[in-house]
Amino acid sequence: MLAYTIRRLLMLIPVLIGMTIITFSIVHLIPGNPAQVILGESATETQVQDLEESMGLNEPYIVQFGIYVSDLLQGDLGTSLKTKASINKEILPKLAATFELTFFAMLFAIIIGVNAGIISAWRHNSWFDFFAMLFALVGVSMPVFWLALMEQWIFAQELGWLPAHGRQDSRSQIDPITHFYVLDSILHMDMKQLFISLKHLVLPSIALGTIPMAIIARMTRSSMLEVMSSDYIRTIRAKGSGQFLVIYKHALKNATIPVLTIIGLQTGVLLGGAILTETIFSWPGIGRYIYDAISYRDYPVIQSGILVVALIFVMINLIVDLLYAFIDPRIKY
Amino acid sequence: MDEVVLELKDLHTHFFTDSGEIPAVDGVSLKLHKGEVVGIVGESGSGKSVTSLSIMHLIPKPPGKLVSGEILFKSEDISSASEKKMRKVRGNEIAMIFQEPMTSLDPLFTIGNQIIEGIRLHEKVSKKEAKARAIKMLELVGIPRADEVVDEFPHQLSGGMRQRVMIAMAMALNPEVLIADEPTTALDVTIQAQILDLMRSLNKEKETSILLITHDLGVVSEMCDRVVVMYSGQVVEEGTVREIIKDPQHPYTKGLIRSLPNLHKKEQSLYSIPGTVMRPKKDFVGCRFASRCEFAFDRCFQESPELYSLDNDRQSRCFLHDEGKGVEEFADTNIRS
Repeated sequence: MLAYTIRRLLMLIPVLIGMTIITFSIVHLIPGNPAQVILGESATETQVQDLEESMGLNEPYIVQFGIYVSDLLQGDLGTSLKTKASINKEILPKLAATFELTFFAMLFAIIIGVNAGIISAWRHNSWFDFFAMLFALVGVSMPVFWLALMEQWIFAQELGWLPAHGRQDSRSQIDPITHFYVLDSILHMDMKQLFISLKHLVLPSIALGTIPMAIIARMTRSSMLEVMSSDYIRTIRAKGSGQFLVIYKHALKNATIPVLTIIGLQTGVLLGGAILTETIFSWPGIGRYIYDAISYRDYPVIQSGILVVALIFVMINLIVDLLYAFIDPRIKY
Repeated sequence: MDEVVLELKDLHTHFFTDSGEIPAVDGVSLKLHKGEVVGIVGESGSGKSVTSLSIMHLIPKPPGKLVSGEILFKSEDISSASEKKMRKVRGNEIAMIFQEPMTSLDPLFTIGNQIIEGIRLHEKVSKKEAKARAIKMLELVGIPRADEVVDEFPHQLSGGMRQRVMIAMAMALNPEVLIADEPTTALDVTIQAQILDLMRSLNKEKETSILLITHDLGVVSEMCDRVVVMYSGQVVEEGTVREIIKDPQHPYTKGLIRSLPNLHKKEQSLYSIPGTVMRPKKDFVGCRFASRCEFAFDRCFQESPELYSLDNDRQSRCFLHDEGKGVEEFADTNIRS
C-alpha cells in the first residue's frame, strides 16, 4: 500500500509539469502581442512596453518559463492585473466557497444517488426502479441553469423559503476564519449564522448536485445489478445471510469501484467551478472568479485559476486511486 | 442409513420467460438418507442445478418459481417456508458448495471473514472463538498454514484451495445435508481426486448426507451410493451406483455409459448420443428422449412414459419397462434406429 502510494505520487510529477507548460502557454497563445491584447486597442505604445516589462515578456520563453515555475514553487501565483492584489490572497476565499458548495452538492448527490441506485437494483423492474430511473434520466438531461432558475422562482420568489443569492445575509456578516462559512459558524458557536449559511447552500447544492446524483444513481444501479447476479453473492445467500447484509456489506462494497470513479470525476468537475450555477446564485466561487478574469482579460488570474483547478482535479483522482487500493485487495499495481 | 433426511416429492420449478413457461424441473422426486451420498447426473440443461437451487430457495425469482411439490427436510415441508425460516436452514442445516471456486468467494473479504460471517449468522459466538473455529475448519479440509490463510484474500489462493475453503465454510456449522453442485468441474484432475476424497472423509466422519450434482459418471462411481439420472427436467432412472454402471436400464443411461472412454475396448472413436437435450416444454406429450433414442417406437411419441419401478428399488422412465412390454417384445416390431 505504501509502495503503491509512493509510486502513484511519483506519477504526478509529469502531470504537474504538463499542467504548468499548458498554463504558461496560455498567455503566449494569444495571437499578436499579449501585452497589447491585455491592455486593449486604445493602449499607448509606452503602456504596452511597460506591461511587457513588468510581465517579463521581453525575456526568452525559456527564461520566462523558469521564472514562472520558480514563482509557483515558492507558492506565488502572481498578481492580478485588475485589482493589483496578490492572487494567492484573492483565490483562497473563492476556493473555500467552491469547496463548500461542492461538498454539500456531492453529499446530496451521493446520499440520494447511491441509495436510489441500490433500491432500484434490489427491486429491479419494480415501479420504484422505473420512476427512479426516469427521474435520473430527467436529472441528467435537465439544463442546470434552467433548474437553478426554477428553484429560485419557486422556493425564493414564490414561497420565500430560501435565499436565492450569495453565501450569507448582507446584514449579518461573518468574521471568516477558514472561509468555509458553515465551519466558521460552528467555530464561532453562532447557531443563527450556521442556520443562515446552510439555508444559502440548499438551492445551489441541489442545482449543482442533480446531474451527479442522476449519474451516480444509474451507475450504482447497473453496478449493483451486475454484482448481485455474481456467484459469490449466491454463496453468501447460501450461508443464510439476510438481504440487508448481502446488499450493504458485500454487494455494495463490490459495486463501489465504478461508482467511486464517477464520484471522483464529478467532484473534480464541480470543484473546477460551476460557472453557471455560481453565476446564477451569485456564489463567489472559483468558477465565477475565472469567468470574471476572462471578461477582464486578467491573464495572470486565468493562468492561476486554471492551474489551481487542474491541481484539484489531479488530487481528487489521486485520492480516488488510493481509495481503490484500500477497497480492493487485488489492486496493487 | 434408514432415516430420510431430505426428500423431494414431485417438485416442479418453472421459469417464466418472455418466450413462455419452461418447466426446468418437472416432477422430480428423490430421497436422501442420513450419511448417504446421492448423485444427480445429467447433461447441461437437464435441470440438476435448478433442483439443487430449488431446495435452498435460491432460484432467481423472477423468472424462476417453485410451482408445486414438496421439499421434506427432516419430515418438515420447506417448499413454501418463509425467507426468514430459510435463512436459518441455509448454511446451518443444508449447506451448499458451487461449481466455480474462482468466483464463489467474495474477492474483497478475507477467507476468515467469510467463514466467520457464516458461523456468526447462526451461532452466538465471539469473533475470536469463530476465528479459532475457522482455522480449525481450514486445517480439517487440509489447508496448509491455516492460521495465515485465514487472513488472506481469495485471489491469493489457487482454485483447489478455494474449493477447500468453500467446503470448510459449508461444513463449519455441521450441516445435515451438503449440496455440492459440480464441485470438481472447474478443477484439474489431481485436485479433483483430492477434493472428492475430502468430501468422502467428511461424509464418513460427520455422517453428513451429500447430494452431489455432476455430469461426470467417473465422479459418481467414486463417490455415490445411489444415482438419480436426470433428463430434460425429469428423473429418468434411479438406482444404486453399482447397478446403474453395470446394468443401465434406461436407453439414455445406456448411452451415457457407452460414451465413457474404456481402456479395455479398442475403439476408433468414442460413442456419443446423437442430438442435444430437448429444452423442457410445457404440456409436452411423449418421451423427451425419444428423438435421440435408438429404441424409440410409436408409443414413445404419443404418450409420456411414467417412472416404472423395477427390481431392487430401481426406477426407469421408459416404455420398455411397461408390464409385459420388455425390450425383447419390441425388438422385432417397431424399432426405429
